[in-house]
Amino acid sequence: MGRFIARRLGLAVITLILIITAVFFILNVLPGDPARRIAGPFAQQEQVDIIAARIGSNDPLATQYWRVLKNTATFDFGTSFTFNKPVREILFPDLWRSAKLVILALILTIPISIAAGIYAARRKDTFADRAVVTMGLASASIPEFVSAAVLQYLIGVELGWLPALALAPSGSSFLVELEHLLLPGIALAVVYFGYIARITRNGAIKAFASDYTRTAYMKGLAPRQVVRRHVLRNALQETVTVIGVAVGYLFGGLVALEIVFNYPGLGRRIFVAAGDKDYPILTAGVILIALVYMVFTLLADLTVSWMNPRSRQGAGT
Amino acid sequence: MTIETPPESGAAQPEVIDMRSEKKQARRERLRLLLRRPSFIIGSVILLFWVVCAVFGSAITPYHPLSDFDVSSQRPNAAHWFGTDVLGRDVLSRVMAGARDVLVLAPLAAVLAIITGTVLGLVTGYFRGAVDEIIGRFIEAILSLPAVLLALLVVVAVGNSRPVVIGTIAVLFTPVVTRTIRTAVITESRLDYVESARLRGEGATFIMFREILPNITGVIIVELTVRIAYAVFTVATLSFLGAGIQPPAPDWGLAIADNYGLIQAGQWWPTLFPALAIASLVIAANLIADSIESVVSS
Repeated sequence: MGRFIARRLGLAVITLILIITAVFFILNVLPGDPARRIAGPFAQQEQVDIIAARIGSNDPLATQYWRVLKNTATFDFGTSFTFNKPVREILFPDLWRSAKLVILALILTIPISIAAGIYAARRKDTFADRAVVTMGLASASIPEFVSAAVLQYLIGVELGWLPALALAPSGSSFLVELEHLLLPGIALAVVYFGYIARITRNGAIKAFASDYTRTAYMKGLAPRQVVRRHVLRNALQETVTVIGVAVGYLFGGLVALEIVFNYPGLGRRIFVAAGDKDYPILTAGVILIALVYMVFTLLADLTVSWMNPRSRQGAGT
Repeated sequence: MTIETPPESGAAQPEVIDMRSEKKQARRERLRLLLRRPSFIIGSVILLFWVVCAVFGSAITPYHPLSDFDVSSQRPNAAHWFGTDVLGRDVLSRVMAGARDVLVLAPLAAVLAIITGTVLGLVTGYFRGAVDEIIGRFIEAILSLPAVLLALLVVVAVGNSRPVVIGTIAVLFTPVVTRTIRTAVITESRLDYVESARLRGEGATFIMFREILPNITGVIIVELTVRIAYAVFTVATLSFLGAGIQPPAPDWGLAIADNYGLIQAGQWWPTLFPALAIASLVIAANLIADSIESVVSS
C-alpha cells in the first residue's frame, strides 16, 4: 500500500508540473503580448512598458517559468492586477464557496444515482431500466448552464419555491444559505445523475452476472444481503472513480453555472479574471483547480484499492 | 428479406468467397439494425431538422434573424411564436438560424480531434514503451483540467475567432480520443494477423495504417459520434462564456448569455427557446452516438 501511494504521488507531481507548463505556455508563449492585452489596443507604448515591468512579462521566459513553479510550491501568486490584493486572499474564500456548492450537489446526487443505477441493473432491459438509462443520457448531455437557466425560470421565478440567485445575504444563518444554494445544487445534481447512474448500472450488471453473486445466492443468502455484501462492493469501484473525477471537475467546470446563479465561486472568479486579463488570478485559479482534481482522483484511487486489493498491481498506467 | 446479388467483378471462380461483397453485406446488416432502433430514428429526425435550418438559414425563417426589428420583448404570440428579444428581433427566426454555426464548428473540431487522436493512439498503442509513457503523461495533464477552462485560457491568450475555437476544441479532445484508440490498438496488436504481418517483414507504418487501422474503424466511428455530441456541448458553453461565437450571430449559447439576466424580470422566452434548442441537438447527437455504439459493439 505504501509503495502504491508513493508511486501515485510521484506521478501526480509530474502531471502537476506538466499542467503548470501548459498553463504557462498558453498564457505567455503563444502569440500576444500580455502587457499589451492588459493595457488594451489603444494604449501608449510607455504605458504598456510600465505594465510589462510590473508583471515581469519582459523577463526571459525561463525566469518567468521558474517564477510560476516557485509560486506554486509556496502557493503565493503575488498580487491581483485588478484588486491589488494577494491572490491567495481572493481565491481561498472563492474555493470555500465553490466547495459548499459541490458538497451539496454530491449529497443530493450520489444516493439517488447509485440507487437508480442498482435498480436499473436488477431490472435490466425492462421499461424501468430503459427509463433510467434515457433519463441519465438526457441529463448528462445537456450543458449545465442550460438546465440551470431552465430550472431557474421554472422553480425560481415561475413557481417561486426557491431563491433564484445563489448567494445569501451576508450574515445569514446556515439554513438560509442552504436554501439559496439548493437550486444550483439541484442543477448540478441533474448533470451528475446521468454519469453516476450509468456507471453504477454497468458495474452492477457485471457484478450481478458474476460467479460470486451466483454462489452467494446459491448458499442461501437473502437478496438484500447479496446486494449489500457482494454486489455493491464490486459494482461501485468504477462509480468511486467517476465521483472522484467529477468532484475535481465540479470545482472548475462550474464556471457557467456560477455565472447563471451569480455565485462568487472559483469558476466565476476565473471567468471574470479572464475578461480582466488578470493573469495572476488566472494562473493560480487554474493550477488550484488542477490540484483539487488530483487530490480527489488520488482519494478515489485509494478508495478503490482499499475496496479491491487486486487493483493495486499495475496501478497508474 | 431481399436476396443479395454479388457484384459481377471477381466472380470468375464461384467457389472463392468474395470478401468485398461479404463486407458490404455486413455493413448493410448493421445499417438495418441501426434503422430498427427508435433512439436512432428520433435522434436523426431532430438532427435533420437542425441541418435543414442550418443549410437554408434566413431563407426559411419567418423573419430575418439579424435585421428585422419589431416591438421589443413581446411575449410569444401569433405573429412571433417564440416572442421577440430586447432588440425586437424574432426569437424563432434566431433560434432556427442559430443552428448553422454550431453545426459547422462542432463536427469540424471533432473530425480534427479524431484524426490527431487516431494517429497518436496508433503510435502509442503499437510502440508502447517510452513514447507511450511520455505522451501518456501529457494526456493525463490535459485531462486533469476541465476543457471549458482551458479553452477559456487559450481564447484569453490568442483572441477569438472561429479557427481558434475549432483548433482549441480539437486539441482538448485529442487526449480522450488517443486514449480510446490506444486501448483498441493494444487489443488488436495481440491478434495473429499483426504478428504475421510483422513476420512477413512489413514496416511499422504499414502495419499501423494498413493492417490495424481498418480493423478499428468501428471504434473510430463510435468515438467520432460521441465527440461530435461533446463538441456541440463545448461550443455552446464557450459561446455562453463569450469565448466562442461572437454577436450579433444568432448563436444559442450567446442568446442565453445575453438574456438569462431577464428571467428574474419574467422574460423567459429569449432564454428558454435557445436552451431547448441546445438540449435537443445535444440529446439528438447522443442518441445517435449511443445507438451506433451498441450496433457496432454487438
